[in-house]
Amino acid sequence: MSKVLEVKDLQVSFKTYSGEVHAVRGVSFDLDEGETIAIVGESGCGKSVTSQTLMRLLPSPPSVIKGGEVLFDGKDLTKVSEKEMEKIRGAQIAMIFQDPMTSLNPTLKVGDQITEGLMKHHKMSKSDAKKKAVEMLKKVGIPSPEKRINQYPHQFSGGMRQRAMIAIALACAPKVLIADEPTTALDVTIQAQIIDLMKELQKDIKTSIILITHDLGVVADIAKRVVVMYAGKVVESGTLEEIFYQPKHPYTWGLLASMPRLDQTSDQELLPIPGSPPDLFKPPKGCPFAARCKHAMKICLEEMPEATKVSSTHQVACWLEHDMAPKVEPPAAAVGGE
Amino acid sequence: MDLVKYSVRRFGYMIVTLWFIITVTFFLMHLLPGSPLRNEEKLPPQIKEQILKEYGLKDPLHVQYFRYMGGLLKGDLGTSMTFDGKKITDMVMEGFPASAQLGLQAIILGCLIGLILGVISGLRRGSWVDNITTVIAVLGVSVPSFVIAAVLSYSLGLKLGWFPVALWGTFSHTVLPTLALTFIVIAQIARYTRTEMVEVLEQDYIKTAKAKGLARNKILSKHALRNALIPAVTILGPMTVNLMTGSMVVELIFAIPGMGKLFVDCINNKDLTLIMGTTTFYSAFLLFAIFIVDILYGLIDPRIRVAQSGKE
Repeated sequence: MSKVLEVKDLQVSFKTYSGEVHAVRGVSFDLDEGETIAIVGESGCGKSVTSQTLMRLLPSPPSVIKGGEVLFDGKDLTKVSEKEMEKIRGAQIAMIFQDPMTSLNPTLKVGDQITEGLMKHHKMSKSDAKKKAVEMLKKVGIPSPEKRINQYPHQFSGGMRQRAMIAIALACAPKVLIADEPTTALDVTIQAQIIDLMKELQKDIKTSIILITHDLGVVADIAKRVVVMYAGKVVESGTLEEIFYQPKHPYTWGLLASMPRLDQTSDQELLPIPGSPPDLFKPPKGCPFAARCKHAMKICLEEMPEATKVSSTHQVACWLEHDMAPKVEPPAAAVGGE
Repeated sequence: MDLVKYSVRRFGYMIVTLWFIITVTFFLMHLLPGSPLRNEEKLPPQIKEQILKEYGLKDPLHVQYFRYMGGLLKGDLGTSMTFDGKKITDMVMEGFPASAQLGLQAIILGCLIGLILGVISGLRRGSWVDNITTVIAVLGVSVPSFVIAAVLSYSLGLKLGWFPVALWGTFSHTVLPTLALTFIVIAQIARYTRTEMVEVLEQDYIKTAKAKGLARNKILSKHALRNALIPAVTILGPMTVNLMTGSMVVELIFAIPGMGKLFVDCINNKDLTLIMGTTTFYSAFLLFAIFIVDILYGLIDPRIRVAQSGKE
């Protein structure tokens, strides 16, 4: 399969009055055609910044792309002009956001918010765009779309708004859909519906999806590959099975152990990861997770480990993978043992 | 459909409020000590009796009240007690055009300049436009309109001689009083628009609009501005109040034959019908202005319509 998007050593900082925040510090991953990958990590790990940088949505200043490349369609998106970027946004790469309550404009009819992109990118007439909008609403499972199209967002429920957001994002049949925590603000029952809808439409439109989330349950449901981020860096990446059943990085273990699983007995406790992520004003020179890691060694504090290949698809950046490191077994809670 | 229902409802509230104001003013009026007759003690009792009877002031209060309300329904505000039985309606209509013209000019000019300044300073925080707008906003709110009026008539009127310093006639007569009145409008509109613009630009739906690939100008005009206007429109109502009370002083300074003079005269003379008439007219006008603002508000923000018409 051919690659649609390739991110190489992306670095993004925010210039603030109190200094520079190194939010993303060398992130690399790629995305195949029609594939779904998930970027997971806790709040503030840089996953949202990464995704928004792909579309250059962050205002600059304060955000600055310090280095790296985002290769899409033969172009480096970090370098193309704003005018060119406008042609890519919405048409080639689209995005849905976390909170459907605030991401639709409250003063515009839902239909108008769908047709906008179509009229701009596909040069459709207003009436054609409207027909297409009705079709999109039908596709995302909103009943009586002809009526709904003339309503305002406040007349939609949360789940329906997220469906409308998906309709907006997919209206122009983009090659890549970035979903930034698309289910976080929704009820659990609605979450499953939205994920199913995304899967269904993905087949239909043949788009690739980058799913940003901290919900590993959602990841297991939809993603083929997983990228685990911590403190602005990719600490581990691999296929879904590799990350869920053979995790190598202590942070991934922590994430998995803190998530309830069906294959565990109910009296098994969830294990939180103690401590908090490092201050990204002054990121540590060693492994950013060292301060919270039970297995941290002297070298972890001093030098950032290189990414090691575990298999052709599985990579991990941890000193425990080094030949001289002691053998450490992942905790049972992380890998689903007894 | 929504909007029609909403408007009818608002209009109903307006009528009830107006009735309430008129009633309260009417009874308060008659609670005031003193009498509308000048040199009361020198008048022979028979003549005094005769005059009070002539104006219907001898009747029981509720009879007077219903008579007055009856007249109101027919559009009759009664006759003045001090200006030789002149019709109040005529007196109001003499003064109103000048006041209305000044008020309208001030609001239109103020909104225009205020919006432009507010939007620009919201977009370019910390720029020189932003700084100047802040200064104007602070001055406009804190310096009373009569001080601005005096400064304007001295500088632009007397020293530079660009515009007439007083009286009423041509358009150039309206320039200085309009400028004096418009400062507060500019100040408030600019301040609110700026704050809201800054806030709106950080909203998620602006990001959504950007993610759709819309050009910056389109995002600003279609997505940001409309939402940023909501608070500015809300304050238009109260601002009309400010403008009208402010205009009394400004009208005196520029010797304009407007409603302001009428208002001061009627209180000095305790001219019952004139006080009632001006109050009724002012309230009706004000409520109507607020009604219009409410409608505008509903037009701009569809959520208001639903919330206020009480059902989806």
